[in-house]
Amino acid sequence: MHERMIIAGFGGQGVIMAGKLLCIAAMNENKYVSHIPSYGAEMRGGTANCSVVISDKEIGSPTVPKPTIAVVMNTPSLTKFEPMVKPGGLLIYNSSLIDQKPKRTDITVVDVKANDISEAEGSTRAANMAAIGKVLALKPEIASLESVIKALDVAISARNRKHNDINIKVLKAAFAQK
Amino acid sequence: MSDQILMKGNEALGEAAIIAGCRFYFGYPITPQNEVPAYMARRLPDVGGTFLQAESEIAAINMVYGASAAGARVMTSSSSPGISLKQEGLSYIAGAELPCVVVNIMRGGPGLGNIAGSQGDYFQSTRGGGNGDYRQLVLTPATVQEMADLTVLAFDLADKYRVTVLILGDGYLGQISEALTLPKPTGKVFDKPWALTGAKGRKPNKVASLRLVPESSLEELNLVLDEKYKSISANECRSESYLTDDADYLLVAYGTSSRICREAVNELREEGIKVGLFRLITAWPFPAEALRKAADKTKKILTVEMSLGQMIEDVQLSVKDSDKVDFYGRSGGMLPETDEIKRRIKAYGN
Repeated sequence: MHERMIIAGFGGQGVIMAGKLLCIAAMNENKYVSHIPSYGAEMRGGTANCSVVISDKEIGSPTVPKPTIAVVMNTPSLTKFEPMVKPGGLLIYNSSLIDQKPKRTDITVVDVKANDISEAEGSTRAANMAAIGKVLALKPEIASLESVIKALDVAISARNRKHNDINIKVLKAAFAQK
Repeated sequence: MSDQILMKGNEALGEAAIIAGCRFYFGYPITPQNEVPAYMARRLPDVGGTFLQAESEIAAINMVYGASAAGARVMTSSSSPGISLKQEGLSYIAGAELPCVVVNIMRGGPGLGNIAGSQGDYFQSTRGGGNGDYRQLVLTPATVQEMADLTVLAFDLADKYRVTVLILGDGYLGQISEALTLPKPTGKVFDKPWALTGAKGRKPNKVASLRLVPESSLEELNLVLDEKYKSISANECRSESYLTDDADYLLVAYGTSSRICREAVNELREEGIKVGLFRLITAWPFPAEALRKAADKTKKILTVEMSLGQMIEDVQLSVKDSDKVDFYGRSGGMLPETDEIKRRIKAYGN
C-alpha cells in the first residue's frame, strides 16, 4: 500500500487536521506516514491543502505532485487538483459546496455531501470528518474506522475535544453511506 | 508502537532542545522555521527557561553569545537569509570558544529567495560564513526523528568542544510531520570553569574574541582552535552507508534529497540494479574516509542536491577518481525527482 493524498479546501474547513488525523491513525497501525501542509505563496488563491503519504514502505519525498487520492472540499480546490490526480486515482469531492461535476474520466470520481452529513448530525463544522469517513470506506487499507476514532483523542486539541461525539457520528455516517 | 507521536520537524527539534537541557532561546521569526520559536515560546516557561524574541537576527545571535558565556545551554534558529545576518556573531562565538546550537531551516536563495525548502547554504555552513579561521560542526538530519535525535547530540557536542553546532535542515524537514519517538536526555554533564558565573572567590574569567598581539595571542588561539578542529575531524564524522557493499553505482546526498535517493535505491534494487546511498550525517567534518570506502568499487557516483552543486566539491575531494562523480540538482525550492535519479542511473549502463 502506498497512497499519496492531497486534502484541500478553504482555511477553516479542517483539511490540515483531517490529514493529521489519518496520519496518526495509520501510524498507530505501524504504517509509515508523512504530512506536510502547504504554506506561503502556494496557499494564495483560495485553497489550503496538505500532502499526506501513507505507506507500507519508508517515505522518500513528502510532496505529492501526482496524488493517488485527492479530497477537495471547495470549488477552487477542485479546479486546482482535478488535473493533477494520477490516472487511475481517486477524486472525492464535497458536493455540498461544489456544484460543478468533475470532468476526468480516467479516474474514479466520488461525491460526498460533506456539509449536509455534518449538519444532519448536529454540527456545521465537521465536514472534514465526513470526507475522512468517505476515504476510509473507499480505501480501508489506509486505516480502520476504529483507529481513526481512537486518533481523535490525540489529533483534536483539548479545547475542542468536547465535539468528538459529533465527530464520531459524522465519521460513521459518511463511512456507512453507499 | 505506543510511544510514537506524530510531530512536525520544527517542533520535534524544539522539544528535543528542551530534553537536552536548553533553557535559553533567542530568535527572530522567518518562514519556514517559525514553529521553532513558537514552540520554544510556549514550552520554555514551563521548564523555567527564557524565550526572547529579539529585535533582529543580529541581536539574537549576540544574546546567544551572552548566555553561552554565562554557561547556559542556548539555541537560536533561523532560515537562510536570517542565518546570513548571524554570521558576524558566529565568527565572534568561534573566536571566544563558546558552545551553542544554531538551527538553519534552509529556504531558497540567493537573496530573500523564497520560503520553500532548499539546500543552498552548504558552502556557507561548511566553509564558514563569517570571517576568520574557524569551523563549526554541521549536522544534517533527514527525518523528523533525526531532527530530534541530532538536536540532543548537538548540545553535547557543542559543550564537549566549545564550538557552534549547526543543525542544517531545510523547509521540507521543518514542515513535515512524521512518527517520532522522543529522545531521552544523555545525562552528560560538562564542567564550564571558563564561564562567567560571578568571580567571587576566584580569579575573573575573560571571554573575548579580540586578541591584538599577533605572535603571542591570536596565532596562539588559532592553533588551539586548529587542534580542536582536528580532533573533531578525527572523532565526529558521521554518515550512513545504505546498500553500498555490492553497489555498482553510488548516490551521495544529505537531508531531504537523501530521502528521495533512498526511495530511488529501493526501486532500482527491485529492478536488479545494484545501487547504494551514502548519506551525510555530518557535513563538517565531512565523512571523507567512509565515502571513499563506499565509493571505492563503484563505476559512477551521482551527487544529488537541492542546489546547483555545492556538496559535490567535497565528494570530488574525497573519492580517488573524481572523474566518476556526476551531479543532479534542483534549486529554488524544487525537489529532485525519484524517476529522474532512476533514469540517470540506468543511462550509465555498464
